[in-house]
This record gives sequence, structure tokens and C-alpha cells, in this order.
Amino acid sequence: MSSRRPLALIVAAVLLAVLLILPVGHGSYFIYLLCSWLMFTIAAMGLNLTLGYAGRISLAQASFMGVGAYTTAILTLHGWPWLAAAPVGVLLCFVVGLLLGFPALRVRGHFLAFVTLAFNTLFFLVARNEDWLTGGSYGLSDIPRPRIGPISADGQLAFYYFTLAVSALAILALWGIVRSPWGRAFKALRENEVRAESLGLDTRRITLLAFAIGSAFGGLAGAIEAPLVQYIEPNSFAVGESLKVLLMVVVGGLGDFWGPALGAAMVVLLPEALRGTRYYLIVYALFVIALMVLKPTGLMGIGKTFLARLAKSRAAAATEAKP
Amino acid sequence: MSQFLQVVLSGLSTGSIYALAAVGFALVWQAAQTVNFAQGEFVMLPAFFALVAIHWFGWPLWAGFAFAMLASLAILGLAFKGLVVQPMMPDGGLPLVIATMAVSILLKESVKTFYGAEAQPFPSPLPDGTLQIGGAVISIRDLFDLLASLAVVGGLTLFLDRTRTGRQMQAAAQSPAVAEILGVDVARMTLYAFLVNAALAAFASFLVSPTYLAKFSNGESLGLVAFIAAIVGGFNRIRGALVGGLLVGVLDNLVATYVTQEYRAALPLVLLIAVILWRPQGLLGDAEGRTV
Repeated sequence: MSSRRPLALIVAAVLLAVLLILPVGHGSYFIYLLCSWLMFTIAAMGLNLTLGYAGRISLAQASFMGVGAYTTAILTLHGWPWLAAAPVGVLLCFVVGLLLGFPALRVRGHFLAFVTLAFNTLFFLVARNEDWLTGGSYGLSDIPRPRIGPISADGQLAFYYFTLAVSALAILALWGIVRSPWGRAFKALRENEVRAESLGLDTRRITLLAFAIGSAFGGLAGAIEAPLVQYIEPNSFAVGESLKVLLMVVVGGLGDFWGPALGAAMVVLLPEALRGTRYYLIVYALFVIALMVLKPTGLMGIGKTFLARLAKSRAAAATEAKP
Repeated sequence: MSQFLQVVLSGLSTGSIYALAAVGFALVWQAAQTVNFAQGEFVMLPAFFALVAIHWFGWPLWAGFAFAMLASLAILGLAFKGLVVQPMMPDGGLPLVIATMAVSILLKESVKTFYGAEAQPFPSPLPDGTLQIGGAVISIRDLFDLLASLAVVGGLTLFLDRTRTGRQMQAAAQSPAVAEILGVDVARMTLYAFLVNAALAAFASFLVSPTYLAKFSNGESLGLVAFIAAIVGGFNRIRGALVGGLLVGVLDNLVATYVTQEYRAALPLVLLIAVILWRPQGLLGDAEGRTV
């Protein structure tokens, strides 16, 4: 594993370079899609922590994005700088995650899925009905773009670089979490809960922590969404959106660190690519069904199988060439 | 008082349709551990099969219903089981959940693209009149919905408890390995569960569509309510799903009338959370059987 680390670093550096030059010369819609992809990547990576690493199904990620987005929007509309408002949103998500997780994580599997689903729907109802706070179904508009010191992220390209920087930091933080003793505890939990418990892990506390951290990443994604779209309304955080984030995690590759980035690209960009045809959502649904039936490990699974085969055939060729 | 009675009766009528969807949902869950996120769309679709037969082929009403029932059995029963669920067994897990979500998108979008996005009026063989019961006014249709659903679920319970095939289906669901050893054809019993679910969904579709019109997005709320009804009643009990459906229907109506219109959709959810936290096996379920 350690021999592969330089390779991973090189890949990450190349990827970052590509992302730095990719939007140059493109129209603002393309840049918007890239920002949207980065934002969903953060949300999906957070969910992946809960789901892929700690093995708990949560269908509430969109509501956490909502908590982050509404907090950021309301505070920045009241004149707070983004740098102060966003952490409040993220922290709030962490706390809400703890409060929701504490009772909900007593149940598991599909029950947890339904409790979180119910939470998401409740959040939606509150966002739609409490006009005084959230603007009701009209939502909140004219959300300002962040401004850090003299630098403003008003322009589309400037905002993209701002999003990229925040995403890179978030992903770095997640990378650290996954490799920390906590992260290893999450994995131990997923592989064999009884064994993890017998080895002295407080499984309930670890799961709760994974859930709260995953929720906080959802909040960060929301904190980016508010200034990105500059307009938020309850439908952006409905249950369907949570299912979309779940789809990203599973399609990308459950429990794989980079899977959600790939899954988010697929979910955000593929419908755009197919938009020309009348049947794009039908094609899309068929593709997802086929992927899940034929390759449940997702796109990363396909990539890994392909690489393994390539390595194998190369090794075979090498041994054949020797004598 | 008569208003109260009326609210309860119409709640029971809506609830009975939720119950049909919830019972099918519980059956499929028991037989194949499949949480079918497309259940709402399963109830939405059969009405469109009937509309296709009636409007596109020009068939009479009864033939349209028969066609819709057969098409549902073939597509929502046979094809869903054979093409989506079967290849992912025995350990479908999360990918299976995602696949059923994709099925729900597929069904919704197909109806929208190939039939139309507008709500379609749906024919009913029943008269439009109303009846007076103890001062409450209830439409003949609502009353028929309630009685027909109760009869179907009652018949299904009898079938599962009293017939050889029904008991084999239960055995196959509770303990597939033991059932197999005892000579039960587990694969066939699982297929039966999917077929029964498809038939229940088609039946619910025929009942619900005349009142609420047939629309591609009808399944969205129905599916969620069906889950909730199934969980509240008890996942491993058919009767539980029936009671859950009726309860959700009545409470929903009561809350909307007497408490709050804006938060009416919240009530089933609060009920769901309360039941999951305090009585995860459901109101009528027992803790034995499949643990979730």
C-alpha cells in the first residue's frame, strides 16, 4: 500500500491541475456544472463516511445540505461574511447529526433509512411552512457570493476557484479522518461489528461520530450551494435529492474514497450529456439498473476489475516472454 | 359528531388503499428482503395500462382492466423479479435498493414521456352517488374502496393461512433453507409473492385513480405512505400492514381537519419515528421472524 502512495499523490496533483485549467475559456453554465459537481462530491463523500465506511444507510443528506444552505443564506443575508456563516452551518449540522443519530442509531438497516427519510421530509415541511425564517416555498434569493478580504468571488470563474479550494481542503480533511484511528474504527465496524465490539470499540459512539461528521460534510456542501445558486428553496433539499446523493455514493463505488467524486460526476453530468434526447432520464434509469444488476460495486468496481485484468495480462505476458 | 364520522370514514377509505400497497410491500419484503422503493409507482402504473387499452386500442372498460391486470403481473411481477431482483439475490443489500429507486424513475419517466404529463381522468364502473350513514355523507366509491380492499386483504390472509400454497409461501419467507429441505419450492413461492404484490398494486391503482386521477407522479407520496403503513403495522404481519394503512389514512384525515393543514404530511412521519424507536417490530408485529 505504501508503495502506491506517491502514485496517489501524483494522480491527485494531476487531477488538481486539470481542474485548475478545465473551466478556462468555457461558458458560465459549464463552470456552474463543475461547481455543482464539486459541491455534490463533498456531500456524497460525507454520506460515504456514514454509509460506505460505517455501514449505515442515511437518506437525510439533502436535509443536512439544507441546514447548511439555509444557515449560510440567512446569516450572509444579515451581513455576516461567508467565512463566519459557513462554519456555523457546518457545526449546526454536526450537532443535528448527533441529536438525530443518538436515538436513530439504536435501530439499523432499513429502519434507519426510514427514520432518516422521515427526518428529511420533516425538514422539507419546516422549510416550506416557516415563512418567517426560510421564505417558505418562495425561498431565499439574492444570496451574496463570498468575499475574503479584498478578494471577491463574485465572478463565475472566481467562484469556481473558491469552490475548488474549499473542496480540496474538505477532501484533505476527510482523507485525514479516514486514515485516523477513527477512520479505521469505522471500517472495522462495517466489516464485522461484533468483532469490532469484542476488540473494545465503543461501536455506538463510533457510529454516531461517523454519522455526525458525514452530516457536517453535507452542511458544507449546502454552504457552497447557497452562494453558488444564489437562490435556495425547499425543493432543492427534498427526499429526492437525498436519494440522488445516495445514488452518487453507490454508483461511484460504496466505501471507496474517490467513488463519490465519480458518482457525482455521473449523476450531475450524464443527464446534461443526454439532455439532447427526449428519453434521457429513461436511458439514465436503465443504465443505473443495469449497473446495479451487473456490477453492484459501481464504477470504481468496474475500473478496478479492468486494472486488475490489465495487470494480470501484463504479468502473464512478462512470464511468457521470459523463457 | 357527524363531521367526525365523515372524516373517519373517508380516512378509512383512503387508508384501505394505502393498506393494499403496504401489504404488497410487506409480502415482497418477507419473500426477498427487497425494500421496494418503486412501490408507489407500482400503484401508479396499472391505471395507465388500462388507459392505453381503452384509449389507444379502443377496448371496452372490462377488457382494459383485464389487460392492465395481466400487464402488471407480467411487468411488475415477473419482469421485476426476474430481471432486477433475482440476479441480485441472495444478498441484494444497498445496490438492490438503488436499483428499485432507478425502477421508480424509469416507470415515472416512461409514463410521462409515452403517455403524458397531465393528470388523466380514469373511468370507474361505479355510480357517482353518495350515501348517508349516521349523519355522515360518504360517496359510494369510497365505501366500495374500503369494502373491496378489506375483502381482498381478508381473502389474501385466508389464502396464506389456510391453503397449502399459502403456508408454503410463509415458510419460504420465514426460513428459506428449512423450507427447501422440507420440499417447498422456494423460488416458486418467492415468485408468487411478487405476483401477488403486482396484483394488489393493480387493484389499488383501479381503486385510487378514479378519485385522484391518473398521473405519473402519483406514486411519490403513495410509496412513502405505504412504507410507513407497513412499518407502523409491523413488517412481518399482513394484518399489521392492513391496520397500519387504515391508521395512517384516518390519522392523516383527522390531523388535516382538526389540527393543521400545513403539517398534515408530518403526522405519518412522526408516527413512524415513534413506532421505530419504541416498538420497532410494529404495532402488530412480533420480534421473531426476520430481524431487520
